Amino acid sequence: MKHLGKIAATAAIALGALAGTANAQQSTLDAVKAKGFVQCGVNTGLAGFSAPDSQGVWKGLDVDMCRGVAAAVFGDANKVRYTGLTAQQRFTALQSGEVDILARNTTWTLARDTSLGLDFVAVNFYDGQGFMVKRTLNVKSAKELNGATVCVQPGTTTELNLADYFRANRMQFRPVVIEKLEEVVAAYLAGRCDAYTTDASGLASTRSAQGANANQHIILPEIISKEPLGPAVRHGDNKWADIVRWTFNVMVEAEEMGLTSGNIDSKMNDPNPGVQRLVGKTGDMGKMLGLENNWSYNIIKQVGNYGESYDRNVKPIGLERGVNELWSKGGIMYAPPVR
Amino acid sequence: MASIPRSRPAPPSIKLSLSDPVVRAIVFQVLVVGGVALLVWYLVSNTMANMEARKIASGFGFLNREAGFAISEHSIDYSPADSYFRALVVGVLNTLIVAILGIILATILGTIIGIGRLAKNWLISQICSVYIEVMRNLPLALQLVFWYYAVILENLPSAREAHNPLPGVFVSSRGIMVPVPANDPTYGWMLIACLIGIVGTVLLSRWAKARQAATGQQFPMLRAAAGLILGLPLLAWLAGGAPTVLDWPELRGFNFQGGGTLTPEFAALLIGLVTYTAAFVAEIVRSGILAVSHGQTEASSALGLKRGLTLRLVILPQALRVIIPPMISQYLNITKNSSLAVLIGYPDLVSIANTTLNQTGQAIEGIGIIMMVYLTVSLSIAAFGNWYNKRIALTER
Repeated sequence: MKHLGKIAATAAIALGALAGTANAQQSTLDAVKAKGFVQCGVNTGLAGFSAPDSQGVWKGLDVDMCRGVAAAVFGDANKVRYTGLTAQQRFTALQSGEVDILARNTTWTLARDTSLGLDFVAVNFYDGQGFMVKRTLNVKSAKELNGATVCVQPGTTTELNLADYFRANRMQFRPVVIEKLEEVVAAYLAGRCDAYTTDASGLASTRSAQGANANQHIILPEIISKEPLGPAVRHGDNKWADIVRWTFNVMVEAEEMGLTSGNIDSKMNDPNPGVQRLVGKTGDMGKMLGLENNWSYNIIKQVGNYGESYDRNVKPIGLERGVNELWSKGGIMYAPPVR
Repeated sequence: MASIPRSRPAPPSIKLSLSDPVVRAIVFQVLVVGGVALLVWYLVSNTMANMEARKIASGFGFLNREAGFAISEHSIDYSPADSYFRALVVGVLNTLIVAILGIILATILGTIIGIGRLAKNWLISQICSVYIEVMRNLPLALQLVFWYYAVILENLPSAREAHNPLPGVFVSSRGIMVPVPANDPTYGWMLIACLIGIVGTVLLSRWAKARQAATGQQFPMLRAAAGLILGLPLLAWLAGGAPTVLDWPELRGFNFQGGGTLTPEFAALLIGLVTYTAAFVAEIVRSGILAVSHGQTEASSALGLKRGLTLRLVILPQALRVIIPPMISQYLNITKNSSLAVLIGYPDLVSIANTTLNQTGQAIEGIGIIMMVYLTVSLSIAAFGNWYNKRIALTER
C-alpha cells in the first residue's frame, strides 16, 4: 500500500503541474510586465532586418520593432530578449507562447491571419519577390526563365508565388528546395540552380554578402508578388495587439512630424498639437493603451522614427526607400493618426 | 498472463488481498494501463482545448486543398495545382524509392566488404577494415552534406559545360542524364512477362524439389530460371515489334530535356545511405560467417559435397540465421535515415510534410502523418523480415 500511495501522489502532482500550464491564458501585457522583458522572435540572421553584430547585439528593422515595444511598455528599449527562428519554426513559436511578438520579415496573408491563430498588426516593410541570376547566364528578364532550375526555401510564400508565376506565364521550372538560408545560397552559387528566388530585400542582402563577387550576380527587374512584411501577435489578445500596432504607428507618425531621437527633447514645448500628443504632453494616449503617457516619447527617444531605423539598418545593405517612403513623399508608408 | 504455481492449497473463501500475487498483479496492471490511458486522454484533450482557444485550425480537411508548391522529383504526375494529399503521396513514393534501392545496394556492397574483411589477402582485408571504421564512425548527416556539396556540386560543371563521356550521356551539376527507351506499350508487356517468369520459377522450383525428394533426380533449375525470367520478356519484346527508339537527353535552354535524369540530390542521398549502411551490413555478414564453425565445412566435404553445394546447403543457411535479425534493423535504419534527405533538398516525405505543415499551420496533423507512414513502412519491413527469419530458422524434427 505504501508504494501505491506514492505512485498515486506522484501521478497527481504530475497531472496537477500539467493542468497548471494548460489554462494559463493570462494577458500578454501582464505576463510581459511580470517577467520584465519582451520575448521577440526574429530571423536567425538577415542583414538589415535582424542579425547580431560583431558584439552580439541584435540590430535591424525588425529588431527595432521589438525595441520600440519594450520602450513603450518599460520605458527601456533594451528590455528585449531575442529568439532566432527559422521559417518553419516561427509560427509554432508564437502560437505556443514561446515568443510575445513575431517580428521576422513575415508576409501577411489571409491564411496566416486566420487558420494559424495569428494577428498581423502592421506592415513595417513593403517587399516583393524577385529573382537573382548569374551575369554569365545572359538573362535580362524573369520571362526568359522557361525551363530553368530555381533554388528556393521551403515553407515560405516565396515557394508558392514561384509556382504561381510560372503557371500564370505558362513556363516550366524545376525547384531545388533547401531549408537553411546559407545552404540554399551555397547550392545556387555552386551552379545547381540557374536562379535564386526570395524577397527582393533578401536578394539584396545575399548579393551584398558576396563582397567583391557581388557584381557577378544580377537581380532581375520583375517583382512577381506583394510581400507585406510585418509583426504578428497571437490571435485574441487585442490589448497587446494594440500596443504593438501603435508602437509602429508612432514611429511612422514621428517621421511625418519631423520628430527624431535627436530633436525630440528640444520639441517638448512645440506648439503643434500633433507633436504635443506624440511627446505625451496631451491626450492621455498612453493611458488608453494601458501604458504610461510618456510611452511614445520613449519610443522616439530610444529607438527613433521609422526613417531613422530604415537608414540605420536597411540602407547599408543597398536598398533604397522605394515604396517604403512616406505617403507624403511618394511612397505608401502611412500611419493612422495618433489621436 | 502466466499463472503462478502455488504450493499451498487455495483458501476456501475468495478473499481479495494485495498479499495475493495474482490480485496484486492484476491491480498494478490495471493501475498502469489506467494511468497511461489517462495521460494520453489528458494530453489529447488539453491540446485540442488549447488549439481551440488559440483559434488554430485542426482536422485533415486541408488534404484536399491545392498544394501550390512544385516538387522537383515525382514518380507519378504532379503539378502545383494538385492537392496536398497527392503531394504527400509523391513524398511517400520518393521515400520508398530511395529506401528500397538503398536496401538492395547496401546489402550487395556490405556483403562484398564483409567477405573482403575476412579475405586472406592482407591489403584487401585492411582496406575493408578502414572503410568500415571510417564510415560507421562519422555521422550520416555530415556524410550526406559532404557528398552533396563537397563532392557533387563543387566538382561537376554547369549544364552548358557538361562532361559527355559517352554519346548521349551528360554529367553536370544538374545530374547525370542518360538516354532511355522512348515510351512504348511493349515495355509494359515485358514487365508482365518478367513477373510471370518469376512466378513460374517459384512454382517450378517447388516441383523440382518435390521430384528430387521423391526420385532423387535433379533438375537444371538455374538454366530454367534464367530462361523464364529473362527469356519471357525477350519474347514479349520481339512480339511487340522489337522497339529500339531511344529518348536522348538534349541541352535546350537552361537544362537538358528528355532522357532519364539522376539528380544530384537523389544521387547524394543514395550514395550516403548506401556507403554508411554498408559498413554495418559488412560487420553483420562477417559475424554470420564466423559464427559457422569450420567443422561444418569439413564435415560436408567428408560427405562428398562440392564447395559450391557446401556453401549453399551447409554454410549459408546457418550463417543467415545469425545475419537476418540484425539485418532487419539495418533495413529499418535505412528507411528512417532517408528522412535526412531534408538536409540536401531531396523531396522525401519529411521534406514535403514539413512544407505542408508550414503552409497550412497544421503541425500536429503533419507530424501525425509522418509518424504514421514511417510506422507503417517500418512495421511492414519488420513483419517481412520476421516471416523470412522464421522460414529459414533451424527446423527441428
